[in-house]
Amino acid sequence: MSLITAKDLTVSHGRKRVLEHVDFTISKGEIVTIVGPNGSGKSTLLRALLGILPGSGSVQRKPGLVVGYVPQKLSLDRSLPMPVSSFLNLPKAHSPAAQAEVLRKVGISGVEGQQIADLSGGQLQRVLLARALLSDPDILVLDEPTQGLDQMGEAAFYQLIESVRRQTGVAVLMVSHDLHVVMSASDRVICLNGHVCCEGTPHVVREAPEYRALFGHGTHGALALYQHDHDHDHAACDHSHTAPDEVQDA
Amino acid sequence: MPDDFLIRAAAAGIGLSIATGPLGAFVVWRRMAYFGDATAHAAILGVALALLLSFPILLGTLIVALAMALTVSWMTLRGQSADTGLGVLSYGALSAGLVAISFAPGVRVDLSAFLFGDILAVTRSDLLVVWGGSVAVAGVIVWRWSRLLLSTLSSDLAAASGINPSRESLVLTLSLALVVAVSLKVVGALLVSAMLIIPAAAARQRAHRPAVMAVVAVLIGWGATLSGLWGSLRFDTPAGPSIIVAATLIYAIMMALRSARPA
Repeated sequence: MSLITAKDLTVSHGRKRVLEHVDFTISKGEIVTIVGPNGSGKSTLLRALLGILPGSGSVQRKPGLVVGYVPQKLSLDRSLPMPVSSFLNLPKAHSPAAQAEVLRKVGISGVEGQQIADLSGGQLQRVLLARALLSDPDILVLDEPTQGLDQMGEAAFYQLIESVRRQTGVAVLMVSHDLHVVMSASDRVICLNGHVCCEGTPHVVREAPEYRALFGHGTHGALALYQHDHDHDHAACDHSHTAPDEVQDA
Repeated sequence: MPDDFLIRAAAAGIGLSIATGPLGAFVVWRRMAYFGDATAHAAILGVALALLLSFPILLGTLIVALAMALTVSWMTLRGQSADTGLGVLSYGALSAGLVAISFAPGVRVDLSAFLFGDILAVTRSDLLVVWGGSVAVAGVIVWRWSRLLLSTLSSDLAAASGINPSRESLVLTLSLALVVAVSLKVVGALLVSAMLIIPAAAARQRAHRPAVMAVVAVLIGWGATLSGLWGSLRFDTPAGPSIIVAATLIYAIMMALRSARPA
C-alpha cells in the first residue's frame, strides 16, 4: 500500500495556481526526488502532501502515518529560548540516551545544550533531521535538506539518508537542487514545473526531452534552470524556450 | 498579622500569576502583545454592556473579550495587516466602552477600578473566580504544552506531526480572553497586558529553556504582586499600577544582571 497518494492535486496561492493536476504516489521504502526550477511548486507540493497547505483534488495519507519533516528553513525568534534537547522533545519526549544516539548518527554529538538559534545553518539542518528521525517515521520528507552544508557534508548527508533507509525501510521524499546527487540516490525522480513534466527512474528522466529542456546541459543548462518558460503547453509538455530577454518569468 | 483585605489582594495576584506566567510566555514568543491589548480593551466594552443590560460583569467581559479575540485571530488568518486593523478594533472598543459606561443607569461607576483594577477590594467570590480561571488556563497550557510549543516554533513542523496549529492558536486565544476577564478586578484592562508581558520578558533574561521561562515568569509575577502591594501600602500608591511598577523594576534588575554577567 502506498504511504501518500494524491490525485488531481491543484494548489493556488491567492489567484495564482502554483500546482495543477498533480498525481503522486510514494510507497514504503522508496526514495523519490522532486526537481524543478525556482517557483515550480516543489515545496508547495511537499506541503500539500503533508496537509500543511489546502488544495483541491484528493490527498490520502495512510492512517497513522508518521512523517519526519525537515522544512527548507526554520525562522527562529530569539524571544523563545530553545536548546536542542528541548527541541528534540517536540512533540514527544525522548530519553537523553536516545537523543545522544541520534545526534551522533547525524554527526553533531554534544550539541544538546546549545540554543538552536545559535547553530550554524548546517548544524540546524542536522538537528532538524535528528528530530525527524527520533519520531521513528514511516516517511522522511526533506525540503532541500543539504542547504547550508558543504560538499563533504552533503555527500555524508545523502549517505546517512541511504543508510537509514537500509536499516529502517523508511521512505524518503525530497526536493533537491543537487541534480547529480539526486540522480544517483533516487529510485524515482519527478520533474516538476507547476505540473508533473516527467517522471521515472533517474535514468529514464535523464533521457527525457522534458528534463533536458528544463535543465539542459553544461552552463546553458544551469541558466535554463532559471529561464524556463512557465507558459509552455502542458498537454504536449512542449518546452519551447524563449530567448532570455523575452522571458517574463515572475 | 496583615489585614484580611491585604491577604485577599495577595492571594488574587498570586492566583492570577499562575496563568499570566505561562500564557505571557506564549504572548511574548508569538508576538501577541498588541493582541492582548485589544482583547483587554474590549473588556471595557464588555463592562459597559453588562452594566447597561444588567447582567454579570464577568460574563459581559468574557463574551466581548472572546468576540474580540476571535475577530482578531480571524483577521490575522485572513492575512489582513494585523497592525492597523487591531488598532482600529482595539481603540474603537475601548472608546465605545468608555462612552457607553457613561450611559449606565443608577450608581455612578468607578471607571478607574476597571481600567487599573481594584485589587484591595477583592472579595472571597472574586478570589474564587480569579483562582478558578487562572488554574484552568494554566492547566490547559500544561496539558497541551508540547503541542502549543511546537505550533509556536513552526506551524509547518506542527502540522507535519499531526498537530493542528490553528486549533492550538485558538486555545491560546480563548485562554487570553479568560485571563483578561478574570484579571479585570486585579490589575484592570489597561494593565493586563503588562502583567502578561513584563514577567515573561524578565524571565527571558535568565531562562534557557521554554518551560523554565514559563515557571520563572510565574515566580516573578508572585514577587511583583507581593512587593507591589507592600509598596502600595508603604507609599500609599494605587495597588494595581504598583504591582506593574514592581514587575518593571524586576525586569530592569534582571536585564542589568544579564549585561553585567553575560549568560
